This record gives sequence, C-alpha cells and structure tokens, in this order.
Amino acid sequence: MISRPHGGRLVNRVLASKRRERILEEVDEFERLNIDQGRAFDAENIAYGVYSPLEGFMLEEEFLSVLDDMRLPNDLPWTIPIVLDIDEKTAARIEPGDDVMLYYEDIPVAVLHVEEIYVYDKERFARCVFKTTDLAHPGVAKVFSMGKYLIGGRVDLINDPPNPFERYTLRPVETRVLFRERGWKTVVGFQTRNVPHLGHEYLQKSALVFVDGLFINPVIGRKKRGDFRDDVILSAYEVLLRNYYPRESAVLSIVRYEMRYAGPREAIHHAIMRKNFGCTHFIVGRDHAGVGNYYGPYEAQEIFKEFPDLGITPLFFREFFYCRKCGAIVNERVCPHDESFRLRFSGTKIREMIRSGKTPPPEFMRPEVAEAIFQFENPFVE
Amino acid sequence: MSEEKVPIYIKKELYERLKKHVKESGGFESIEEFVEFVLNEVLEEEEEEEVYSPEEEEEIKRRLRSLGYL
Ligand SMILES: [Zn+2]
Repeated sequence: MISRPHGGRLVNRVLASKRRERILEEVDEFERLNIDQGRAFDAENIAYGVYSPLEGFMLEEEFLSVLDDMRLPNDLPWTIPIVLDIDEKTAARIEPGDDVMLYYEDIPVAVLHVEEIYVYDKERFARCVFKTTDLAHPGVAKVFSMGKYLIGGRVDLINDPPNPFERYTLRPVETRVLFRERGWKTVVGFQTRNVPHLGHEYLQKSALVFVDGLFINPVIGRKKRGDFRDDVILSAYEVLLRNYYPRESAVLSIVRYEMRYAGPREAIHHAIMRKNFGCTHFIVGRDHAGVGNYYGPYEAQEIFKEFPDLGITPLFFREFFYCRKCGAIVNERVCPHDESFRLRFSGTKIREMIRSGKTPPPEFMRPEVAEAIFQFENPFVE
Repeated sequence: MSEEKVPIYIKKELYERLKKHVKESGGFESIEEFVEFVLNEVLEEEEEEEVYSPEEEEEIKRRLRSLGYL
C-alpha cells in the first residue's frame, strides 16, 4: 500500500466552485495582501495537501515548535517553518478574525483566515533552520528581508498561481491514484532542480532496483542566474525517460516550491512532501538541498536518524562517478580504485561545457539529453 | 459518536496477557481503552484514505489518461 499522508489525512483546502464564485463576486471587499511567488506556492501546496497536515500558515506555537523541536506541537516531524510575513504598516490594518485576500501577480490566490499576528526573532529563525546567520546564505538573506510580523491562519485556495507547466503538474490526490493504478506498492521519490547527468540516472536506477516505481519530481520555482531553465530541465528528463527508462517504471511531474537551501532540515521537508504524494521511499544523496559549504556532504542523511517516525524510508547514496578501471558508473561502496581513475560528475563542469557549445562526453550525459538541451537557444536563467 | 457498548469474547489467556501489558506499560486506564485504541489504529491503517467520490476519481483518471500518465 502506498504511503499514508503525513498526519494521516490528505488536506484539501481548494475552494469548491460555488463558494469560490461567491467569494470572487465580493473579492473587492476583502483586505488585500500581496505575496511573493514562494508564498503563493506555499498556499498552493497547503491547499492541495503537499504540506499535509498543515492547513494554513503557521501560528506562533507551531512556528516555535518547528524551530526548537523540528516537530509540530502534536509531535509530528516538521522541520521548515511555513510562514507568511507582513510589515508593520500592513500589520496595523489587519486583525485576528479578518479574512484577507492574498494576491500574487494581481491574481487573487487564496483567502487567509487570520488567526494570529506575531513578532518573531529572525536571528533565531536563521540559526535554527539554516545553522548560520551569514547573510551570504540565500535562505538567511531571505529571512532577514522579511517583514517584522508573521501572520498565521488557514487558507482557502481560490486560484492556482499562474502555471506554465500545467501539463506536468500532478496533485497528491492524482499521484496517489496514478501509483495505485500502476500497481505500485513501493515508490521512491527523487528531488531535483537540475538537468539529468549519468550520476543522477544511476542514483535513480539503483533505487528502482528495489522498488516498484520511481517518482521524478523536479522543483520548479525561483532560480539563480546561470541555473538551467525549468523548461530545459523538463525537456531533458522527457528525453531521458523516453530513451532509457521502462515506461511502466517511472513518472515525471513537478512540484512548485521555493528552495530554502536549508540542507539537512530541508531534506526532511522534501521527504515529507513526497510522502504526501504517495512515496514510500525517498532518495537522499550528497549535500541534499545544500548551498556553499554550510553543511557537511552527508549531514542531510544523518538527520534522518532523529526521525524514526517519519513514515517514509530514506535511501542513502554515496556520490556516483565514472571509474575508467571499472569501466562503469560506480561509487566508493563498490569501486576500490583511486582518484586517478575517477571522473567526477560536476554540475558546474557540465554547465560550462554546454555554455561553450561543447557536448558533454557520453560518460557524463546521455547524447539525447545533451541534444535536447542544445535545442534551446539559451538554456540558462538570465 | 455513539457510546453504546457491546461485549466481545476473547481467549482468557490473551486477556491475562493484555491485563499484564496494560498494567506494566501505564498509558492506558483499562484493558478496554487499550483494545479500542489498538483496533482503531489497525482499522485506520487498513482503510484506504479516500478523500474523493467515485465520480471525482473518474475525473482524476480522465486527466491522467489525457496527459499520458495512464
Ligand atoms: Zn573502479
């Protein structure tokens, strides 16, 4: 049987059509609050159950419990604060009990039923979640750019945030039906925000040897300059799946989510999201959700020891590389040869090659995948 | 929820083991409370969490088919 949702029940806070119409008729009567893309994606994920059991943006008790204990007040594992910030001026015109309309890009996305407005300690937030207060860390920088208050309460989704990848978007209710229809009892989730090289492929296939299905779930969201564009990543995966994966073994669909780069804590969060999609297993490789040198290369694997009650089984892998002596893609668990035989996969190196128009060698990347990337005039985020 | 109760017969030996377990583990007020808790857990585990009607499920399958997932 596929995984039960986190907390036992899949949350659904997408407004049914009648109530939605009624609210849209009087949309101008709501207090208006503009939110950024990351918060719009959070509202969407809450509503469709990707963040089950959360039903809204966190209240202070939940927020503090997550910071200090990495658990919700009911003891359920939860490592990343899902919060909505507002500045002082906005806080002055909103009160607990109000219904506020959240707008993203001028579209009413969700109604927030305000339960609480509270101040919070940014330094503590950063230290607990990111293990640093260094502003060079993108997650820390984000926290310090936030408003002075957090506003908590349940949300009801009115409109999906604009989605150019509708065709690749499956909700947890849909993936659960899909996995069941495919007869998958065990499903391994794979988190990615990159075009696939052979290291990724071997990671996925090593896991797939032991389970019924593979769920490739790229994160779509705010990217850094020089990252591969979302449409390039999807196109590259389409080609890889078509040419190198049994059709019945793998599914590709996206999740829209703003990376926090919180390393170990975020690895737990990524696993919880995939549990809600119906995965029974989750791949955790080297430096999962990390950035710079803030986390140890396998710290994101070690943290899982603290969550025996997570309800999804992590699969840990050492880094894969190509060994010329083995003549295969291997990792240090199976290859005894020294570094001089080893070709390490490097995202940076692959990006540089593609930028200069060079096709990466076939030990690095499938030629079909490289070709798909070259179809784009500029595959990188400007 | 109805609080009406019904009797259930179980083997004496199992009953004695339960009695011992409940007494030693604390946490539960009575054997009855313990048995109800465990049975609830088992049933919840068994029941496939269906948050949608058969019509909604058909709708989901239609979309999955149209996108080539099924
Ligand atoms: Zn070797």
